[in-house]
Amino acid sequence: MTIAEWLAAAKADAEKRGLPELIPMLEGLAQATERLRAADWNDNPDKDTPRDDDQ
Amino acid sequence: MTTISDVTARLARGEVTSQKLTEQCLAKIQELNPTLNAFITVTGDEALAQARQADREIAAGRRIGPLHGIPISLKDLIDQKGIATTAGSLVRKDHMATEDAVVTQRLREAGAVFVGKTNLHEFAFGTTSEDSGFGPVRNPHDPSRSPGGSSGGSAAAVATGMSLGTVGTDTGGSIRIPAAACGIVGLKPEWGHISASGVVPLSRQLDHVGPLAASVADAWLLYNAMQPHSGQIGDALDAMPVKGMRLGKLSGYFFDRLDADVERSVLETVERLQKRGAKVVDVSVPHAGDMAAIYLHLVFGDAAEYHARTLVTRPQDYTPPVRLRLEMAGYVLAEDYIRALRGKELIAREVDRALDGVDALVLPALAIPAPPLGAVTMPVKGGPDAVRTLMLRCSQPFNLSGHPAISLPCGRSRDGLPIGLQLVGDKGRTPALVQAALAVEAVLDETY
Repeated sequence: MTIAEWLAAAKADAEKRGLPELIPMLEGLAQATERLRAADWNDNPDKDTPRDDDQ
Repeated sequence: MTTISDVTARLARGEVTSQKLTEQCLAKIQELNPTLNAFITVTGDEALAQARQADREIAAGRRIGPLHGIPISLKDLIDQKGIATTAGSLVRKDHMATEDAVVTQRLREAGAVFVGKTNLHEFAFGTTSEDSGFGPVRNPHDPSRSPGGSSGGSAAAVATGMSLGTVGTDTGGSIRIPAAACGIVGLKPEWGHISASGVVPLSRQLDHVGPLAASVADAWLLYNAMQPHSGQIGDALDAMPVKGMRLGKLSGYFFDRLDADVERSVLETVERLQKRGAKVVDVSVPHAGDMAAIYLHLVFGDAAEYHARTLVTRPQDYTPPVRLRLEMAGYVLAEDYIRALRGKELIAREVDRALDGVDALVLPALAIPAPPLGAVTMPVKGGPDAVRTLMLRCSQPFNLSGHPAISLPCGRSRDGLPIGLQLVGDKGRTPALVQAALAVEAVLDETY
């Protein structure tokens, strides 16, 4: 699921549950998730095989 | 501030009694708690009975150790048998602890006297102690400001003599942040060294239990008593010599977004230590900028799991801000939680590397002085930033990494608010960290 898809679904769910105050908070969480997904420690199946620094 | 180290010797010599010390703490609570709201429960009668018992034992030559007869408090997240553990929430207002937490039991065995349970940010899910089901805690240096959090009541209690020491918990900085904001010492031990059994969790993989105290020596006494008997190594530690002490000054992220007074005080302290012969080198944690995102996903995932049932059955019993943040926590996806777990391991390795060849890392404990209650943003170098982000910025990395860290006072802002310095030590070497902190404290005591 892309972050845009997740955010749209989360916002719709918050509205449905009567919690519109959550929407700006979810947008903040989405920014943090973007940062996490862009981090260089994430593995990618079409890139190098994962290696563990400790072994 | 009265220290445990000072009064314990007088207690042993019969120059003061535990009953007198306990009465003084209870009188302070009666005087100041209506303003500061540091305590949720005061156990005066039980404390006085414990104190009289301690006096009888000490007079009979059965003194257990340095905490025997010393009045302390517990953050109201920690079980004390027969007393409610509210966690600062109306969700738990009817709770009654049937057993002591492990740390409570160990301190009880050390002879400590329990004067009460301290107020906190609800369920430790915040850094200002303003969102509590029992009302906000106020900073003793300026009651219009936050005492920091989540162990805000604990820090306010020690700073004012309402108790001579206290036990807090630290998931992202909740011992070190209020210690810095209230001008006392806070020790976050290495993760897993002090049992969290009988303590309401926020995130079990990041939660640490540890002491807040008036001095580094007092923090050590409390920490040592909280350990299993097999881990205790002695009540007194010598300060590490400043000459030749090797300090790694964390650069980049850790100094990028600071209040000007905090930056000045911390850098002046580092300079003063250098003049006394400490060797200071710049070190870095390359992924420091990713730490907030890692931390957020882990704490949210863990908190969502713990609170899932009561968020559905009793949402009205949470304070609105904490309820909303818990509701948001439920939206974290499993795949992002796993990414954060991997990031946590990376940060731990990077902190290990930063510590390679130095005795301790040095950085601010808290990026800003105590913020006004209700403040959303605060001015820092580079422009205003969110209070929550600023409060956690310097402390949360070492919850992710699990390294022991200590906050100690290192000056005042232009408004007279305390500023905290943080030292971080190697895993498995908490005594060495405390020895370094004793040395830094001694240098600072000569100055202020």
